[in-house]
Amino acid sequence: MRRQGIEQAEPVNFRDLFYYFFNARVFLETLPDLLQGLVVTVEIAFLSLCLGFVLGLVLAVLRVAVKRRSNPLFIRLLNLPIAFYVDVLRSIPPLVILIVVYYALPYIGLVIPRFWAAVLTFVVILSAFAEEIFRAGIESIDRGQIEAARSLGLSYISTMTYVVIPQAFRVALPPMTSRMIAITKDVSLASVIGVADLLKKARAAQAFLANPTPLFSAALLFTLLFLPLVRISMYLEKKLGK
Amino acid sequence: MEALINNFFNVDVMYKAKYLLWLGFKVTLQLSFLSLILAILAGLFLAFVRSFRIRAVNLLIVIYVDVFRALPTIILFMLVYFTWPYFGISLPRYWSAVVALTVNGAAYFEEIFRAGIEAIDKGQIEAARALGLSFSQTMFSVVLPQAIVIVLPPATSNSLELIKTTVLASVIALPELMKQAQQAHGLFANPTPLIAAALIFLAFLWPMVRLVGVLERKYGQYS
Repeated sequence: MRRQGIEQAEPVNFRDLFYYFFNARVFLETLPDLLQGLVVTVEIAFLSLCLGFVLGLVLAVLRVAVKRRSNPLFIRLLNLPIAFYVDVLRSIPPLVILIVVYYALPYIGLVIPRFWAAVLTFVVILSAFAEEIFRAGIESIDRGQIEAARSLGLSYISTMTYVVIPQAFRVALPPMTSRMIAITKDVSLASVIGVADLLKKARAAQAFLANPTPLFSAALLFTLLFLPLVRISMYLEKKLGK
Repeated sequence: MEALINNFFNVDVMYKAKYLLWLGFKVTLQLSFLSLILAILAGLFLAFVRSFRIRAVNLLIVIYVDVFRALPTIILFMLVYFTWPYFGISLPRYWSAVVALTVNGAAYFEEIFRAGIEAIDKGQIEAARALGLSFSQTMFSVVLPQAIVIVLPPATSNSLELIKTTVLASVIALPELMKQAQQAHGLFANPTPLIAAALIFLAFLWPMVRLVGVLERKYGQYS
């Protein structure tokens, strides 16, 4: 029952099912390699999350500050490039951005190693989504609080740091966790540009051993990694969403 | 600057690649449309079944939803396309992609529709019926107007995500827009088609991103 001989559909044989999909020997043999890949996946995810959320927060605060009515028009217009950046990165599928970063940028002299191309892609995408999330959080804080803080003598920056952002964070937490899961799931796209992450290792092992068990092991590892996160995000949405 | 224009916005290459990209765009549109409809129907069905609160069935649905929300979609495409042949089932690329997108999308739509169903208080339906409204009147003038407002923003945003996910079909070599762009990139040794594909996605999905923003501001949880 090799792949070549599948034109005439053969009946499912349960011994084959286990041999091909849940083969214990193959599973154990490839596990160390897959775990190595998992480490790379987690590294990319961790870097992208930290940098992406920080950049998103900076953009959100910048955008809110720039949009204030008391600003002169040319400063308020600075809102437009940020809005454009956010919209572009939310419209184009992550895989397309990744491929453009890795395959197209070298033509204009920007050669970025695989690993960092992946990190850069996920950082810019996450920052766009995070900007929207944080801005919604900041704008949900009642204007009266800002006015009160300002009239009590706090500077604009202190008002933001001590009054607005801590509260905005609470509003932003549920969408943040679900975006966190989405971006970490996208990290497996990095295998497309040849980063040796979990999925790449699984595909290599599958091809090498002509047995798809590694793909299932990878699916299992991903699920084990994300299930707790999915549950936590659902819990937070229920608890803080309303 | 000249290198930038020659490599990223090369009119000559664009002209040569336009047919390939058009073919790819048609596949992307078809795939998006078909999987979106199937995923919404499957999600509605699951949410509907779940509202009967049969414990064993609900447990299965919860497992289904959790697993497919946790599994990266790219691995789902690979599982569907690369492993079924070992089973003796050979599914063409296009249908593998439809299956993967539907199975994945349905898990998200189920959650969205369930939130819509659960948000309407049972007392409202009873009250409407007690006031003499027929079942269809209750549904169309009481339940649905409220449920749609709750469901619309996340459903639109999820549809957008689903359309963005169709790009992953390029991983199983389905000739959709991105795959064609990559092929044209290889053929002409010039990345203009990649940039063009990105711009096509931008033109096609930007209005939807804006729409999601408007809906979220109007009906979302922050309003």
